[in-house]
Amino acid sequence: MAEITLVEAVNQALGYALEHDPDVLLLGEDIGVNGGVFRATVGLQARFGPQRVLDTPLAESGIVGAAIGMAAMGLKPVAEIQFTGFIYPAIDNIINHAGRMRHRTRNRLGCPLVVRSPFGAGIHAPEHHSESPEAIFAHMPGIRVVIPSSPARAYGLLLAAINDPDPVIFLEPTRLYRLFRQEVVNDGAALPLDACFTLREGSDVTLVSWGAMLQETLAAADQLAEEGVSAAVIDVATLKPLDMQTILESVARTSRCVIVHEAPRTAGFGAEIAAGLADAGLYSLAAPVQRVTGFDTVVPLSRLEHTYLPSVARIVDAVRKALAA
Amino acid sequence: MGTVASFDIGYTRYLDPPGASPVSSSPLPPFATDPDALLPLYRAMVLTRQFDLKAIALQRTGKIGTFASALGQEAIGVGVASAMRREDVLVPSYREHAAQFVRGVSMTESLLYWGGDERGSGFAAAPHDFGNNVPIGTQVCHAAGVAYAFLLRNEARVAVCMLGDGGTSKGDFYEGMNMAGAWHAPLVIVVSNNQWAISMPRSRQTAAHTLAQKAIAAGIPGEQIDGNDVVAVRHRVGEAIERARAGDGPTLIEAVTYRLGDHTTADDASRYRDESTVKAHWQAEPLLRLREHLVKLGAWDAGREEALVRECSQQVAQAVEAYLSLPPPDPAAMFDCLFATMPAALQEQLATARRYAAPHQPNPN
Repeated sequence: MAEITLVEAVNQALGYALEHDPDVLLLGEDIGVNGGVFRATVGLQARFGPQRVLDTPLAESGIVGAAIGMAAMGLKPVAEIQFTGFIYPAIDNIINHAGRMRHRTRNRLGCPLVVRSPFGAGIHAPEHHSESPEAIFAHMPGIRVVIPSSPARAYGLLLAAINDPDPVIFLEPTRLYRLFRQEVVNDGAALPLDACFTLREGSDVTLVSWGAMLQETLAAADQLAEEGVSAAVIDVATLKPLDMQTILESVARTSRCVIVHEAPRTAGFGAEIAAGLADAGLYSLAAPVQRVTGFDTVVPLSRLEHTYLPSVARIVDAVRKALAA
Repeated sequence: MGTVASFDIGYTRYLDPPGASPVSSSPLPPFATDPDALLPLYRAMVLTRQFDLKAIALQRTGKIGTFASALGQEAIGVGVASAMRREDVLVPSYREHAAQFVRGVSMTESLLYWGGDERGSGFAAAPHDFGNNVPIGTQVCHAAGVAYAFLLRNEARVAVCMLGDGGTSKGDFYEGMNMAGAWHAPLVIVVSNNQWAISMPRSRQTAAHTLAQKAIAAGIPGEQIDGNDVVAVRHRVGEAIERARAGDGPTLIEAVTYRLGDHTTADDASRYRDESTVKAHWQAEPLLRLREHLVKLGAWDAGREEALVRECSQQVAQAVEAYLSLPPPDPAAMFDCLFATMPAALQEQLATARRYAAPHQPNPN
């Protein structure tokens, strides 16, 4: 069994889907001969041809809009938006059309579309290459938002997203693309959508995060373990629809919760989870819910991005604050 | 300086409005002298006109919501849809019920849609057609994707996209048209240029002399037709559809017409345009144009006209009756088609919606 990186896992999942389902096709900018700017689609055009691994004109709204038309005809397009900072021209099509197609045609036309996009900060990228807009999509009806945090989950969740009959925004943390390797079996096995993954059990505090921030979150859990604090770690994975039950059950055991995300704080998805705890988990809480997030600023240029991103120290301090309450 | 590119935009009209000189000496297409071919087109146009009149009356009496009339544009929708095959796919804007009725969308469904009832988008007899596209121009991208799907699957089907003149100012119009051109996909884009985007006249929408020439920038053929001449619409759109079906790529057709009514029932066009101009355009309206042609062919007279209007008006009345007598929608209509399988959180919210369902809105009854 091979150990592969997250970007290789994405490539394998796409290759598996293309090989086993003639309805699957990929489209996006530079995904063909070039294999994508992150090489997520490398080699796939050579294997499956330029019609199924389609280099498109440079037009983000057009890419998603055309993918919606393909999906309505029963294809399963996987559209790549080169960086999430460039997804905004396509938001009209994602929100007004992908999220509503099934609803506004009364189930006649579905939208089995996946929009993949590298997202998040921490790779010294230029301006507009580091945003985390997941909450925008999670707010919008009819759309799933899925974020992997490891090669195995990237493989299994991407296959699940492609198989899902409804639109999925699949955000791939660029910082994790080549950060570490993991054994992944290329057997086409999908992981469940709409379910959190409990990465660690724990009894003193529940740490909730997604995407690349799970690196800092897990490191914080390690450091806390050395101090004798037992932290549960939950990877939300599917932000919408949210598996609040898994988070509530963990917090019922730990009585404390710290939510970590790199997106800005205000109206970030952490607020939704905190509200979910206030709704249905308030009586199990022994301390206020803490949020450790990016700042309400523009993601800075690269020299300050590691100040912008929540650090292990910020997470550990938030846990200490929760434990002291 | 030399020349690296140049272009011409053709214009087609067969049936001339009163006082206009003929555009070309090209003979009428064969169907245009065959009453059996023309009468279904005329009937569909009269039906749409009767529907529009009734729908506006229903809005004025609170029985439907805001409605976008197709008054004066009947020939475009009827001509386009009659040139399509059943298995082709229509991707329309929100003002194309003339085309939708020919495609099989029922007048009751249209009333339900404008009456605020989700069931109006069911399109039982046109299951592959897209719904009314309300955001402007995005549907051109969708239609390009539909056309690409036909190409990929090697299906002899064509996507037909309809939008208005204002829509050609949107980026998505160009993105969709450009992609279809790059892919050589079977797409026909029909712009119903009714001269008005709410209050913005065509002359101020763009400095381009025609909207058809926007095709040139995408590398596809573009042409203009008289959108009030159903023979021109049926013939030129039909040719474009069959070229697309044969693998010869997309076409942009600008059908020139005039919006004789307000933008919608929520608009008052007297705020921004002169009624005398509108009156002048009634001389060129499409039903009159075809009717006079039918009279010339000896296929029409006042008696037949009266009978047809009566019959269409009765058909509209039956659709209205079916609309008004449908029981109100269950709150589930908000939830049940959002996802293929309803997520748990939505099931909880549906239970809340049912528990607190508002008294039925004063539709209808």
